[in-house]
Formats: sequence, C-alpha cells, structure tokens
Amino acid sequence: MDTTVGNTGTEGKTWGGGNKPLKASYGKMMMWFFIVSDALTFSGFLAAYGFSRFKFIGSWPIADEVFTHVPFFHGNYPMIYVAFMTFILIMSSVTMVLAVDAGHHMNKAKVTLYMFLTIIGGLIFVGSQAWEWGTFIKGDYGAVQTKGGNILQFGEYVTVEGEQKFKRVALGDFAVAEEKYRSEHNRKNGLWFVQEGTLPTFTVGEIYKGLESHPNVLVRTQTINEEGEKTVLSREESLMQIKNNGKLVVEGANLHVNEYGTSLFADFFFFITGFHGFHVFSGVVINIIIFFNVILGTYERRGSYEMVEKVGLYWHFVDLVWVFVFTFFYLV
Amino acid sequence: MAHEHKLAIFQGLVKFKSNTQKIWGVLIFLTIITAIEVVLGIYKPESLMTKVIGMKLLNWIFIILTIVKAYYITWDFMHMRDETKALRRMVVWTAVFLICYLVFILLQEGGYVEGVWETGYTKKDF
Repeated sequence: MDTTVGNTGTEGKTWGGGNKPLKASYGKMMMWFFIVSDALTFSGFLAAYGFSRFKFIGSWPIADEVFTHVPFFHGNYPMIYVAFMTFILIMSSVTMVLAVDAGHHMNKAKVTLYMFLTIIGGLIFVGSQAWEWGTFIKGDYGAVQTKGGNILQFGEYVTVEGEQKFKRVALGDFAVAEEKYRSEHNRKNGLWFVQEGTLPTFTVGEIYKGLESHPNVLVRTQTINEEGEKTVLSREESLMQIKNNGKLVVEGANLHVNEYGTSLFADFFFFITGFHGFHVFSGVVINIIIFFNVILGTYERRGSYEMVEKVGLYWHFVDLVWVFVFTFFYLV
Repeated sequence: MAHEHKLAIFQGLVKFKSNTQKIWGVLIFLTIITAIEVVLGIYKPESLMTKVIGMKLLNWIFIILTIVKAYYITWDFMHMRDETKALRRMVVWTAVFLICYLVFILLQEGGYVEGVWETGYTKKDF
C-alpha cells in the first residue's frame, strides 16, 4: 500500500515548497546568523568595558599614553602602530573580497593569489597584536601601587619649546638600589607547592630613597583633572604618598597589576583584544584550509566558489569588529 | 544569486564600472576615514572638546565615523547591498536593536554607580 503522500495538490503554489524568498543558500544564511550572534558577544564585551569605564570615568587610563610604541623605532608615537594594524586588516578584507569576485568569474588563478594575500595580511595582523601584547606586558616606566590598589606614576616637569610639560621618568632612573634582603621563593626551598612570581626590580623603600634624593621628580596619580590630564602632586604630597601608601612596585601589566592605571583596563585589554585575536587566528586557519581547497580544484569541480564567499563573510566580520575595538579602546 | 552587484555608492552619487573598481573605491574611502580618525586622535583639537549630550564632540565624531566604516564594510565587502531586503533587515535590525539596548543599559548603570561613589555613597532614589 502506498503510505506516502506523493501529491499534495499545492504544486506550483507559493506554499508548495521549494521557494527561496531570501535568495541565499543555507550555508550563507547560517554564516550571517552566526555573525549576528558573534557580534552580540563582542558588543557584550565592549559594553562591559564601557560600563567599567563609566564607573571609573575620573581615573581611567588615557590610551594615548599607553600605546605609544612602534617596532624598530624609539620615541613617542601614539596610535601610529594601531592605525597601521587597522589598515592591514582593511587591506586583507579587500583582497578577500577580490578573491570572492574572482570566484564569481570562476578564475582559479586569481582566487588563489588573493586568498594567499589575505592569509599574509591576517598573519601580519596577528603578529602585530602579539607584539602589542608583549610591549604592554613588559611595561614602560614602572609605577607604585598603593594599599588601596591605585597607581602612582613618576615624572618631572621639563620645558619643551617654551612649554612646561610633564615627562615620565622610569623607576630605574631615580631609584636608589640597596642590598636586597628578599629573594624569590621557589618550590625547591621550603614548602613544595608554594612559589611566587618574579619580584620587582626595586622595593618601595628604594623608590622612596630615590624620590628623596631627586628633588625634581614628582608623583602623578590616576585622577583626571578638569583639563583632562592626570593630576600631578606637589613635592611634599609626592613624598608623603609613597611613604604612607606605597605598597608594591609594579612593572608592566598582567591580570593582577597594571602600571598604566586601574587593573581593569589591563583585564579588558587582554580579554577583548585576545578574543578578537583568537578570531583572527581561527580566520587565518579557515582561510588556509579554503586556500588549499582552491588549489586542489575542489570548487572548480563543484562549479561554484561559494565557500570562498562564506569564509569571506567571516573574515570581513573580524575586520568589522576590529573597527569598533579600535575606536573604543584606542580613540575614545 | 548575488552575482549581479549594485555598483553605486553614496546614494548613487558615485557609480563604478565594475565590482573590482567599487572595491578599490570603498578601500580609498575607508582609508581616508581611518586617517581622519588617527589625525584627530593625535592632535585632539581644542575646539572639539566641548560637551554635546554628555560626551565630548570629538568622541561623537569617532563613533559616527566608526559606524560609517562599519556600514561600508558590511554593505560593500560583505555584499549586504546585493542581498534581499528581508535578509538584510533580519541581520541588521536585530543586531542594531539588541546592541543599542545592551549599550544603553550598561552605560546608564555604569554612570549611576560612578555617581553613587562620587557623592559619598548617596543613592538618588529612595
């Protein structure tokens, strides 16, 4: 007996099935929906960053003073390198969309070339981000953390082109080194499963001695004043702050301490740029897989380069997210 | 499917001859915007530091330029311009609505917490 219904009587009608109202394939549509959900994840992170920043609006680090380095160059170049990274990522987006376009024309040689360039761009970006992390972790000048977890930085007033400017001074330039009584505790001496991280180069006592013997060095707090700059303390206040409140010497940044300001800033920096870097990395891996498929002629045989278009969507999305990270982490 | 591309940008103000040309055109436009952002970010002109609706004018400019960039990346690189209206709205309206909602709530709350701390832990509602 014939149990399946072969004929529904709706053939040729709108509800008869087989319609594609969105004129997009299943795979492409699902990639779009994945992108929407991933965009919500990223906006969750960025909104959380905004929340913390609004909470500490009066003492948040100024990004221009944090990201000032360019590889192979000395000196103070705020934002130049990040702008370069942004350009690299936009450029690799362009080569990706050119690969998609070549795919529409079934031009295998061109798709191969543009996919290759896209992968190179992605690798340069990930490498740059790793370098940026390295510089951030290593730190610049060093600072002293107070009992309450605030950061005190050091600097002096210098006259540049007739203008008084506050110039940061590194800890090593003024601290007076003393004999060290404290050595790093390792597992091999004493308790087995107890060890500690690397000790800072200086102790707070040494910093205080150095501050006493260098009359031009002043302390700068986290608090942002009305001119939008960090507040610099007077000489007496500087000495008093370090003596009474100084607790820990901080060099560089990690998930516990951050010499640039509140440790939340470092946490968010690692988390958001790290999550984005992970996306770029996985994008590069997927691009490499597709690249080899192109070379092997998989899509030539399939008769369509739509797969290139789908990974292209993901790759552009990574670029899109970076545009926002760039604005909210480095510009605003 | 999306093999035919709409080749005009800026509401038809600029028309390109081929899709490849349009891609390069959009790249130039995005590069110019990024350059403007970086220059403004380095020099921070004093005239843009006035507050408009609770935020510095400069920051508003940055955010608007970012959204403009996002628009052209989505519309021309991701070919949203060539998709059907239904797909476009499904993706864009959903994301824009939810993100605006989330950002509004979190920033509002962050500002409130800051206010409580600044005013010696005095709450504003009773």
